[in-house]
Amino acid sequence: MDRKELAELIIKLADCSGVSGCESDTALVCLEEIQKYSDSAIIKNGNVIAHFGKRTDNKPHVLIDAHLDRVGLIVTGITPEGFIKADCIGGLDRRIFPAQRVIIHGKEDISGVICTIPPHLKKDSAVLDKDRIFIDPISGRDDISEIISLGDFISFDSPCTELLNGRICGAGLDDRCGIAAVIKAVDCLSGCYDNLPYSFTVMFSAQEELGERGACIGAFDIEPDISIAVDVSFALCGGENPRKCGELSKGCMIGIAPSLDRGLSKWFIEHSKEYDIPYQIEVMNGTTGTDADRFSVNKGGSRAVTLSIPLRYMHTPAEVIDLSDCELTARLIADFLKAGDVK
Amino acid sequence: MSININKTLLRQLLRELCELDGASGQEDRVREFILDKIRDKCECRVTPLGCVIAEYKGGNVPAGKLMISAHMDEVGLIVTGINSDGTLNINCIGGVEADAVIGRQVRLQNGIMGAVGSKAVHNMSEEERKCAPKFEGLYIDIGAIDRADAEKHVSLGDYAYFTSGFAEKGGFIRSKAIDDRAGCAIMLAMILDNALSYDCTFTFVTQEEIGLRGARTAAFDVAPDFALVLEATTAADIPLSEGDKRCCILGEGPVVSYMDRSTLYDRGLYGLSIRLAEDMGIKRQTKTVIAGGNDSGAIHISRGGVRTCAVSVPCRYLHTPCCVINEEDYFDSYALSLAMAEKILSGEV
Repeated sequence: MDRKELAELIIKLADCSGVSGCESDTALVCLEEIQKYSDSAIIKNGNVIAHFGKRTDNKPHVLIDAHLDRVGLIVTGITPEGFIKADCIGGLDRRIFPAQRVIIHGKEDISGVICTIPPHLKKDSAVLDKDRIFIDPISGRDDISEIISLGDFISFDSPCTELLNGRICGAGLDDRCGIAAVIKAVDCLSGCYDNLPYSFTVMFSAQEELGERGACIGAFDIEPDISIAVDVSFALCGGENPRKCGELSKGCMIGIAPSLDRGLSKWFIEHSKEYDIPYQIEVMNGTTGTDADRFSVNKGGSRAVTLSIPLRYMHTPAEVIDLSDCELTARLIADFLKAGDVK
Repeated sequence: MSININKTLLRQLLRELCELDGASGQEDRVREFILDKIRDKCECRVTPLGCVIAEYKGGNVPAGKLMISAHMDEVGLIVTGINSDGTLNINCIGGVEADAVIGRQVRLQNGIMGAVGSKAVHNMSEEERKCAPKFEGLYIDIGAIDRADAEKHVSLGDYAYFTSGFAEKGGFIRSKAIDDRAGCAIMLAMILDNALSYDCTFTFVTQEEIGLRGARTAAFDVAPDFALVLEATTAADIPLSEGDKRCCILGEGPVVSYMDRSTLYDRGLYGLSIRLAEDMGIKRQTKTVIAGGNDSGAIHISRGGVRTCAVSVPCRYLHTPCCVINEEDYFDSYALSLAMAEKILSGEV
């Protein structure tokens, strides 16, 4: 998988809507992609799961995970005039809502605009209250309540575009770029799954943005010995605190945290040093806010680590990543599965 | 009075015009498009500020000189600085709110794409989350590595544009720049369809959004007796607004105001609009808030004064990437303004 193919895969994945709880369109695309490498791939309880290599008692079993879902909104009401009342799914910044383009996933997809009072009629600029989020469905239909129901999902309509220097901008890059990195790693190992020191399972999990719920039920079945959560983390940009961020284009962010397995973190750091692979360290002071929080306490517990792709403007329709970070993350995953020497 | 409305032409012109990028001071692409369309139909000249003045020959000599006017410019963004990290500082051109720019993609004038990002919500304090964004804190990220890299692609003063695309569905249109490509499209349709039976002057003007500047100079140049301004005006018929505060309503027909922030409109022409709409059996409304303004503000006090009226298409989310209008209002705006023009030109006012 070359850089161009990786970019195409990321864009294909990120342009799927797949709001938390409504990931099936994304899951189907992921299933199709991972089926190229594994006959075992299935969708179970919303998670895409594929096994690689023969699982035996003398080989540790590794779970490689990235989450399927992205943030969005949900329909909570329909006004008599046919406007859609909505609430957030996942952590969203309402300051960016005015006049955003969205898609309401009703019986059919309806394009809409988040309502805002235009400047000419506004006295002051205030952020939309949580209970004042309305969407104007551009449909011209009198029967809007026949098409849209309470509980329907709404996604931001901001297809990916390519910026300069191999950077990509779009709405769904968290965590579709992580999924792409996992698929690229699997692609690198193509043909040698049975000869690896580990057997492994790839999982693309649902509902991470609502509290890692897909990861919770998926790991229960998989029972991994080692878990790697591939997600995104904050990349430095104007307005952010450098102490809380990694940097774009400086490589994968390897997690260190009290809740993570230090041996795993150390392996990735030492390996990166040995082979001159650019990397960054992300130190967290408790849990991680990723699927790794679930994996580490799954059943009797498993060793877990996070590998994060730096991403700017998280949870906005204009997230930005660098392809090189995605490639370096894929390389670390593949190298880990080949090495088998984690202490 | 029966008016033939060429809906196919009106739809097509609006789409083509809205898809062009042309904020105040950079109307070139819109002007070229318009000149290409009407060169064979009108005698055209371009003023020092870039306005197109098109002399239309309808055959009959009018009772008074009428100028029909719409502005070519849209609101946009201008690059005011290039930072060491390769991002671009921006400010608005015209009345754009920072909250309609943050958290979305924009396109620079040369086609390069960029993100107007924001600090991640996870890292904001409660206070920060409640605080509406300001342009001082906004920048465009084009993916440049540093200032030198950005300078290869961008210069200070370059423009950036909304990228929301043009959509038509169920009788509604959503696009950037409907203000005022709708007015331009109506004028083009009148010219291309030979809809007027009198000689008349059409002006496609510049720089409305930064203070009605093209119109002021065009009106001086044309020296009309009457002016008809074709516009898009702000509608707030949405759940965030109630009663009179809705200003005007989509689907209730063209807006003809008696007063806004820039103009007290000619009562004779205002009355004419009411009578004609009734005669023609089309809807018409007036604004329920004294708000907004348009080129009338400059035109009606040009030289010794010009009897002026504005016909506007009601438009939700004006000055955002996603303006929304009702097609019927747009078609009826064409019909009403055409009928008004004929009456004015025939001397019945």
